[in-house]
Amino acid sequence: MIDIFTVFILAIFVGNEIINKVPPTLHTPLMSGSNAISGIAIVGAIIATKVGGEIGSWLGFIAIIFATINVVGGFLVTDRMLKMFKKR
Amino acid sequence: MEFTNIAYVVGAVCFILGIKMLSHPRTARKGNGIASLGMLIAIIATLLNPENFGPDGKPLISFQYIGIGIIIGTIIGGIVAQKIEMTQMPQMVAIFNGLGGGASALVASAEFFSEYNQFENTFLPVTIILSVLIGTLTLTGSFIAFGKLQGFISGKPIVFPAQQLFNALILVSIFALGYLIIMNPVDLKLFYVVLIAAAILGITLTIPIGGADMPVVISLLNSYSGIAAAATGFVLMNNALIISGALVGASGLILTQIMCKGMNRSLQNVIFGAVGGDVSGGSGEAQELNIKSYSTEEAVMIFDAAEKIVIVPGYGLAVAQAQHAAREVGEWLELQGKTVLYAIHPVAGRMPGHMNVLLAEANIPYEQLKDLDEINPEFEDCDVALILGANDVVNPAARHDKSSPIFGMPILNVDKARTVIVNKRSMNPGFAGIQNELFGYDNTIMVFGDAKDMLNQLLSDFKEL
Repeated sequence: MIDIFTVFILAIFVGNEIINKVPPTLHTPLMSGSNAISGIAIVGAIIATKVGGEIGSWLGFIAIIFATINVVGGFLVTDRMLKMFKKR
Repeated sequence: MEFTNIAYVVGAVCFILGIKMLSHPRTARKGNGIASLGMLIAIIATLLNPENFGPDGKPLISFQYIGIGIIIGTIIGGIVAQKIEMTQMPQMVAIFNGLGGGASALVASAEFFSEYNQFENTFLPVTIILSVLIGTLTLTGSFIAFGKLQGFISGKPIVFPAQQLFNALILVSIFALGYLIIMNPVDLKLFYVVLIAAAILGITLTIPIGGADMPVVISLLNSYSGIAAAATGFVLMNNALIISGALVGASGLILTQIMCKGMNRSLQNVIFGAVGGDVSGGSGEAQELNIKSYSTEEAVMIFDAAEKIVIVPGYGLAVAQAQHAAREVGEWLELQGKTVLYAIHPVAGRMPGHMNVLLAEANIPYEQLKDLDEINPEFEDCDVALILGANDVVNPAARHDKSSPIFGMPILNVDKARTVIVNKRSMNPGFAGIQNELFGYDNTIMVFGDAKDMLNQLLSDFKEL
């Protein structure tokens, strides 16, 4: 139990360090990209199709759709934006 | 199982590296690719986890549901990502935040339905209730934010009497119900009530926030969607969810702080202040401004004599779809050997960094886009500051007028430039509803008209010169 709290706290500190270095120019891609990362709930959704019998499987199914939209849409739109940032 | 956890660590490292590479536009695209690779690794590792297969090798998870769900999600996500206009990016991020929170709440709910008659300790139900609470309010709050940005719901704050008391009561009752659930988990009605109450809380927390404050709200909801994922990670004891959720939560919080600082507002003030609608009155009587209105031909003369020009785009520029016209004018000026820079205020768009994306879309190189701290010293030796659709972020009252509602907000010091040329459609005040004294300054001239028409006219006048 204490292990996962440690992981959680350390991850927040790592997040703070690296995100503070992202320049304002890239804040929108940062947001859509981190949005895609929060689609990691898909991992939980996959597991959920096992746990709950009938109800759980349905909830997991809807969660998979939501999370996949998040992951696929988030990474693709971030790529589309970053493609536009050009040097002179 | 060991290999699944190792794969999760690899996935998390990919996310961290990906965000780290977002520190420069040159490496950012590759970083995004690495982060998506990390996601693929985490998904495949979960699908292949031996725990998901029985002793006879039969899968315990439903590959049918998973496959169909992923196909549907990929089609919807792919189409949205391709079709969305850059001006609509805040709406899309709002919806995606909501879906992320919703997915977390659903996963926690599934876990509840599978475990409710066999909880071994209080840790699991506590984390489930937290995850459902945060995830659900992120879902409904995000849809309200989307509605406001899209114009389905009025951008004005929607308030009713004792709103904050009402919100506090809902939150307290959710915690009380949570306690009852832990005491008696088999009563499923309690769980449904928590779900509904969390959904209502998401709505009542978001409706009083005005349209102008949406950048803060989106950032905050972004953070919530991460925290919801982390809470679900605690439910499932899953490191991949915990690390990713923590990263996203931290990211959203940092952006929230930056947006608040850009508007000189505290987070409490944004969430509970119900401002950003129609502020009547403002700072006493509207002063008489002595305005000089110029034509584009006259403005061209001023540009011709200038060497260093700073263009200040506001959201009005994007609304008029005039980014491309602005870039053409900028390129023309550069061809004449002049220096051209773009000054971007942190709250220039509808979400953090929005204006930069809109200008990048118009092929303006990112080296020319300067943020507040970089550009302000440059105004001292700047010949012309061209203001396109920006208003409150260039109002000098923020520096000296203590009675102004925007006093203390960091602004672009355009008034330090030798000449300030302001393009506006009319003399309507900005979002904060206050008159801008800059327009009456001796070194300010106004060129009225639609931004796109004005810039095109300016360009043709240049070419005739």
